[in-house]
Amino acid sequence: MDILLQPWPWYVSGPLFSVVMLLLVYFGKTFGMSSNLRTLCSIAGGAKYADFFKFDWKAQRWNLTVVLGAIIGGYIAVTFLSDGSTMNLNEQTITDLEAFGFSGIGDNLLPDEIYSWEAVLSAKGMVIIIIAGFLVGFGTRYAGGCTSGHAITGLSNLQLPSLLAVFGFFIGGLVMTHLLLPLIFR
Amino acid sequence: MMKFIKFLLVGIFFGIVLVKSEAVSWYRIFEMFKFQAFHMYGIIGSAVLLGIGFIWTLKRANIKSIEGEPIHLPPKQKSFARYILGGSIFGLGWALAGACPGPMYVLLGTGVFSMIIVIAAAVLGTFVYGLVKNRLPH
Repeated sequence: MDILLQPWPWYVSGPLFSVVMLLLVYFGKTFGMSSNLRTLCSIAGGAKYADFFKFDWKAQRWNLTVVLGAIIGGYIAVTFLSDGSTMNLNEQTITDLEAFGFSGIGDNLLPDEIYSWEAVLSAKGMVIIIIAGFLVGFGTRYAGGCTSGHAITGLSNLQLPSLLAVFGFFIGGLVMTHLLLPLIFR
Repeated sequence: MMKFIKFLLVGIFFGIVLVKSEAVSWYRIFEMFKFQAFHMYGIIGSAVLLGIGFIWTLKRANIKSIEGEPIHLPPKQKSFARYILGGSIFGLGWALAGACPGPMYVLLGTGVFSMIIVIAAAVLGTFVYGLVKNRLPH
């Protein structure tokens, strides 16, 4: 039971992600979480503004069901399957984040400096998370998929476009982490 | 209704694995882009290696889906610009938010309700993409 409550090592969780993909493919679908953002636009009446949102969103209800499950899964994992221990991050990572003025690094899954209500409700904090979300939503649809659709499913299917997309993910991620984050957090 | 149960269960499983692997953690994404830990590379690498085996086997053995249809993964459009440009934009957001579209929902479930703002912004981003799509290089 202790093993279940501790963080799961990469060699356990990585293969379990491919099991998720395998199940969805076996169910006649595919593994792609960002498609749900387009579905949400369509449900909200996006078809009035762009043909891109004119599709039968009801055919995507299965994927929204996966989202609902993922939310429940998140709740179950932190409520019943966690021992509340601090994350085992690299020492250098902690030092680098302390230089940003972060504290309590790894106490929770997310930094309070970005996601606490105090941070979110400040002008700067609000701008940060809105821009972050916007870039994810815009970029993932432009690239035609995100980590699940390209990095896991696309690469597993040996699709060259997915390799290009993952390459793009890293260009953006490296620029943000190495050049922009130090400017954003002092 | 019954056919939705299996998707709900897969979603729950996905959410649990995302939390227990710490792949939903902003810190792990930062650490990954800093090349300071093998953790995320191990997760994605092992998922892809096993995934290649799974997909290859499904195709090779001509296994039908639960609906009796042949296994079909939608092919991606041939392009260079959209993957590099779109991918880079996504990467900027991924490293800033520390969450991609799956973890966003999972984190909401873990009780981080400020995530709803990120999700709303992501929906807006997708909406704006839909508006300007035809003017972008694909």
